[in-house]
Amino acid sequence: MKSSRLFAWIALAIGATYFLVPLIGTFEFSLRMRRGEYSFDAYQSVFSDMQFRATFGYSMLMGLLTIVFGMLLVVPTAYWVRLRLPQIRPLIEFLTLLPLVIPAIVIVFGYLRLYNSSSFLPLTNSTNGTNLLLMFSYMTLSLPYMYRAVDTAMRSIDVATLTEAAESLGAKWPTILFRCIFPNVMSGVLSGAFITFAIVMGEFTMAALLNRPAFGPYLQFVGANKAYEPSALAIIAFAITWLSMGLLQIVSRFQKTAPVKA
Amino acid sequence: MATIPSFTLNRRTVIDWLGVAPFMIFAILFLILPTLYLVRGAFLTQEGAFTLRNIADLFTPTILSSYWISIRVSLASSLGGVAIGFMLAWAITLGALPAWIRSSLLTFSGVASNFAGVPLAFAFVATLGRTGLVTLLLRDWLGFNLYSTGFNLLSFLGLTITYMFFQIPLMVLMLTPALDGMRREWREASEILGASNWQYWRMIALPILWPSLLGTFLLLFANAFGAVATAYALTGSSLNIVPIVLYTQIRGDVLNNPNLGYALALGMIVITGLSNVLYLWLRSRAERWQK
Repeated sequence: MKSSRLFAWIALAIGATYFLVPLIGTFEFSLRMRRGEYSFDAYQSVFSDMQFRATFGYSMLMGLLTIVFGMLLVVPTAYWVRLRLPQIRPLIEFLTLLPLVIPAIVIVFGYLRLYNSSSFLPLTNSTNGTNLLLMFSYMTLSLPYMYRAVDTAMRSIDVATLTEAAESLGAKWPTILFRCIFPNVMSGVLSGAFITFAIVMGEFTMAALLNRPAFGPYLQFVGANKAYEPSALAIIAFAITWLSMGLLQIVSRFQKTAPVKA
Repeated sequence: MATIPSFTLNRRTVIDWLGVAPFMIFAILFLILPTLYLVRGAFLTQEGAFTLRNIADLFTPTILSSYWISIRVSLASSLGGVAIGFMLAWAITLGALPAWIRSSLLTFSGVASNFAGVPLAFAFVATLGRTGLVTLLLRDWLGFNLYSTGFNLLSFLGLTITYMFFQIPLMVLMLTPALDGMRREWREASEILGASNWQYWRMIALPILWPSLLGTFLLLFANAFGAVATAYALTGSSLNIVPIVLYTQIRGDVLNNPNLGYALALGMIVITGLSNVLYLWLRSRAERWQK
C-alpha cells in the first residue's frame, strides 16, 4: 500500500506543477513592465485605462442582466415541470443541454443570419437590439448550468406540498413563485448565478461576433497590442473566476447542510 | 355532466403547457431555429436551390486539413487530460492523501475548468512564450533553448498543452464521483481471491470505469473542438483549426461562399453532437455502478 501512496503524491506533484507554473509565470510576467525590477506598473496601466473600465462595466452589467432574466426563465420553468409536467422533463433537460452540444460559435453564427436587418426579428439593426441578442446568447450559454443548479435545489424541497400549503393560505401565483419557491431554491439560484457570472465575464466569441464592447474582446485587443498588460489582465480574470467559484463552493456547501429529500 | 370534466381537464392541460411556453419559445428562437437555419443553409446554393455541393466542398484539402488539425488538437488534449486527470482523481480518492488536498484540488479544478478563453492564452504566452518564465529559466539555468528545438507555442503542440489546462480539471471533476463509487469491498474481495494489483485493475476496476473514462474523454473532445477564444488569442488566425476558420468566415466570408460556411458549421455540430450523444449514452451505463 506504501507504493501506491507514493504514486499518489507523484501524480499530485505533476498536476500541481502543471497548474501552478503557468499561474506563477503569468504573475511574474505581469510584474516585469519596469526594466530591471519588479513593479505593479502593468496593473496600474490596466486600471487607469478607460476602456478597461468601460468594457469591464459593460460585461458586469451583462452578467447581472443575464442572471436576472435567466433565473426568471429557468426557475418558473423548472418549478412548473416538477409540479405539472413531469412527463416532459427529458425534453426540457435535453434542450438545456443543447448549448453544450452546439458550439457557441455556431449558435452565434445562426443568430447573425437569423436576426439580421432583413429578418422577421431584426435584432442586430440597433445597438439595444444587439445588446438584447447578446444577453439572450449569454442566457443560452449559461442555460445548462443554471437549469441544473436550480433543478438540483428544487429536488430537495417538496414543490407540491409547498404549493398546496401556499394555496390553502390564499396565495396567488406570483406570491407562490416569488415568496415561496424562489427563497427555497436560493442556493441553486446563487450557484447558477456565480457560474454564469464567471462565464459572461470572460466570454469572447459571442461578444466579438456581435461587435459589442465587452470585456472578452477587450482582452483579445490588449493581447494583440501590448506586452505586459495581458498577463496582468489574465491574473485579474483568474481572480474573478476564483472569486465566483469560491462563492459557489460556499453556497453549495450551505446547500448540502439543508435537509435533502431525493 | 360528462362534458364538464373533459372541459376542465382540457383547460388544465392548456394552462399546464402555457406554463412552459416562455421556455419553449426561448429555446426555439435562440437554440433550435438558428441551428436549423444553418443546417438548411448547408444544403442550399446561394440562389436557394437544393444542393450537396457545399457538403462535398468540405472535402477539399484546405478545409479537410483544418478539420484534421482540429481533431488532432482535440484528441491530444483530451487524451492528455484524461491521463493526467485520471491520475489526479485516483490520487485524491483512492491514494490515501490528506483530506484537505482533496477539497483544495476539487475547488481548484472548479476554477481552472472555467478559466479558459483569452486569459488562458495570455497565461501560456507568459509561461512558455519566447520570453516566458519557463523559457527564460530553462535558458538561464540549464542553458537549454526551448525554441531552438522547433517548439512553438503557436502550433499543434502549444495549443494542446494550453487546452490541457482546462481539460485536466474537467476530467478530475467528472471522474472523482466515479472513483468514489469504487467500493473497497471489491478490492478486498479480489485480494482474498488472490488477484494481483494488475488483475484487479484489468478485470474489475477498468471494466467498471471504462464508460466513465470514455464518456469523459468524449466530453473533453467536444469541449476542445468547439473552443475558439483561446486559440484565437494565442495564434491569431495562423493555426487554421475549424472554429478559427469559421470565425474568419463569419467576419468576412473568406471562403467566398456563405453556404460553405453553413456546411462548415454543420460539420462542427455533427462532430460535437456525435461525441455528446455517445457521452450521454456511456454516462447512463456508468451510473449503474454509482447507485
